[in-house]
Amino acid sequence: MSNTAAPEKILDIRGLDISFRTNAGTVHAIRGVNLDLCRGETVAIVGESGSGKSVTMKAAMGLLDSNATVNAGEILYTYTDEAGTKQTVDLLKLPKKTLRQQFNGQRIAMVFQDPMTSLDPTMTIGKQIMEGMFLHKHMDKQAAKARALELLELVGIPDAEKRFRNYPHQLSGGMRQRVVIAVALSADPDVLICDEPTTALDVTIQAKILELIMKIQKEMKLSVIYITHDLGVVAKVADYVNVMYAGKIVEVGNVNEIFYEPLHPYTWGLLSAMPDLDTDDDRLYSIPGSPPNLLHEPKGDAFAARNQFALVIDEKAEPPLFQVTPTHFAATWLLHPDAPKIEMPPELKARLERAKKEADKYL
Amino acid sequence: MLKYVLKRIGMAVLTLLIITFLLFLLVRIMPGNPFPSERMSAEQIANKRAEMGLDDAIPVQFFRYLGGILRGDFGKGTSLYYGAPISTVLSTAISNSFRIGGLAILLGSAVGLLLGIVAALNRGKFWDGFCTVFSILGVCVPSYVFLIFLQYTFAFRIPYFPYFFDPNRFLFSAVIPSVSLSLFTMSTIARFTRNEMVEVFDSDYVRLAEAKGMYGSSLVRKHVLRNALIPIVTVLAPLVVDLLTGALVVEKIYGINGIGKLMVDAITGEGIDYNYVLALGILYSALYIGIMLIVDLLYGVLDPRIRVAAREEG
Repeated sequence: MSNTAAPEKILDIRGLDISFRTNAGTVHAIRGVNLDLCRGETVAIVGESGSGKSVTMKAAMGLLDSNATVNAGEILYTYTDEAGTKQTVDLLKLPKKTLRQQFNGQRIAMVFQDPMTSLDPTMTIGKQIMEGMFLHKHMDKQAAKARALELLELVGIPDAEKRFRNYPHQLSGGMRQRVVIAVALSADPDVLICDEPTTALDVTIQAKILELIMKIQKEMKLSVIYITHDLGVVAKVADYVNVMYAGKIVEVGNVNEIFYEPLHPYTWGLLSAMPDLDTDDDRLYSIPGSPPNLLHEPKGDAFAARNQFALVIDEKAEPPLFQVTPTHFAATWLLHPDAPKIEMPPELKARLERAKKEADKYL
Repeated sequence: MLKYVLKRIGMAVLTLLIITFLLFLLVRIMPGNPFPSERMSAEQIANKRAEMGLDDAIPVQFFRYLGGILRGDFGKGTSLYYGAPISTVLSTAISNSFRIGGLAILLGSAVGLLLGIVAALNRGKFWDGFCTVFSILGVCVPSYVFLIFLQYTFAFRIPYFPYFFDPNRFLFSAVIPSVSLSLFTMSTIARFTRNEMVEVFDSDYVRLAEAKGMYGSSLVRKHVLRNALIPIVTVLAPLVVDLLTGALVVEKIYGINGIGKLMVDAITGEGIDYNYVLALGILYSALYIGIMLIVDLLYGVLDPRIRVAAREEG
């Protein structure tokens, strides 16, 4: 946790707005996203499929599909250049070439969801790891190999010397994800974006990969962004949580605020939908309905149609982000001074209190 | 790896042997007569059959034939090119067909690859559309139509190239048939290359390479081309065989003494020429098997998944 005075912002996304041209029309996928990442911190973006989590980070990597248009916003990245002076650049304004040459891999690296398809099948894993070093660090072959072997060991691949010459198909899914992480780390990035890094892996491997990323984060002083729909992952790794719905961040807070004092009905829904063993109810809750089709811009609050606590105003106007604590914000009309006092569902409240007590035992 | 190669070669030889036997059997049970029967009396035919050993038991005939092949002797024509050994006639035909086909392959695959790559790199732009239209035309219009068009335009209206094939001016007279033959290959390769490359461009591993900081030509060279080329090899192989074995109609129209024309003559002549049909059948199969063998081995070079499997196999 970062309790240091005035943590330094490394990535600052402001008013990001992205739409996609499709055959059916324009899909307004990202509708004004703000997100902060401070040095050394871990920030999670949670939300359902299609909520725009990945698109937001792909925009920062310059990996948006060709049918995407950035309508507005900036992604400010702050770094110290070779001369030692602080620089802040808007990644969206950089030409692709500059982005690839100076930022991708070297400053911001990314780990993708499916390790089975994210490695080049015709290249040895050693070469794939060394590529980044040749590109950014201009290392000679020997130094690169030595560093690659180090990385393989760091990500927990036994027998690195032998694995170095292996092709991806000779490794299991968990091993491949470790290799993908090693590839991402190859040019010593400052920021690591993990796009659902454990979704495609089985549960026993998931925990190991998460622990690995946390260990590496500490050792290499990385700032990490997790994109996930798994609140279990969030609770385990994140300092701050951004809850995303229909292309907007609907609630932001530190991990305790989101898990113990959630304010947005959507967050309540997400938390209620987590499987829980200590409950009398044997049915698993799910949020009714499905996310809105962003082909048609939702009027008012995008979540209103699925929200059992929706107010009349939700149908008419979009709620602003209300600030509750210095770190906790939520975009729901329930927080308006004139709104009726509505609390989270009592079952959820009881459950969160139980979880908090459970957690306090370990403090 | 050596064991893998030897195993593949062994399989290829065995396959060819089985095909030879089946072909032999099929030719023998085919209805019709191997001799130009209208010009021969019953007695002559009976003499001829006896002379060529056609009255012996089929296995006896087969092994005699096989023995001949091993000595490079494919016998003589029964109704075609009477008296000349098949191997002599065939070698001229092969040399004509292979040279024209080879030119067509070179032209077709080189231009096809280039066009496909250019289209994939300019997805959705002019060259992509051009490639699509070109491919559809090239695949839909038969090569002899192109041939007649080229013949009419560049040999008749603008009399630059010869109107018919002239073995004495080989390269010059090979231009029209090679170009018209290459268009199908060119279109197929162009479309396939384009689609494969676009698919590879959309793959996760290209995303990872970009996230690593790769871009432009080194990205294409190191990650896209190799992965896109592997399936292209598979498509190219049968096209190569098709072109090498001569285009039946093109050779006939342009007056090329190639194996395509020979095959047509052997079947549509006065009698069905047993020995030519057999020899050409075996040649076609041998080419197919040979090229597929080369493709398999080439796969081993291009695709580590196969190479490694082969190494582990033995």
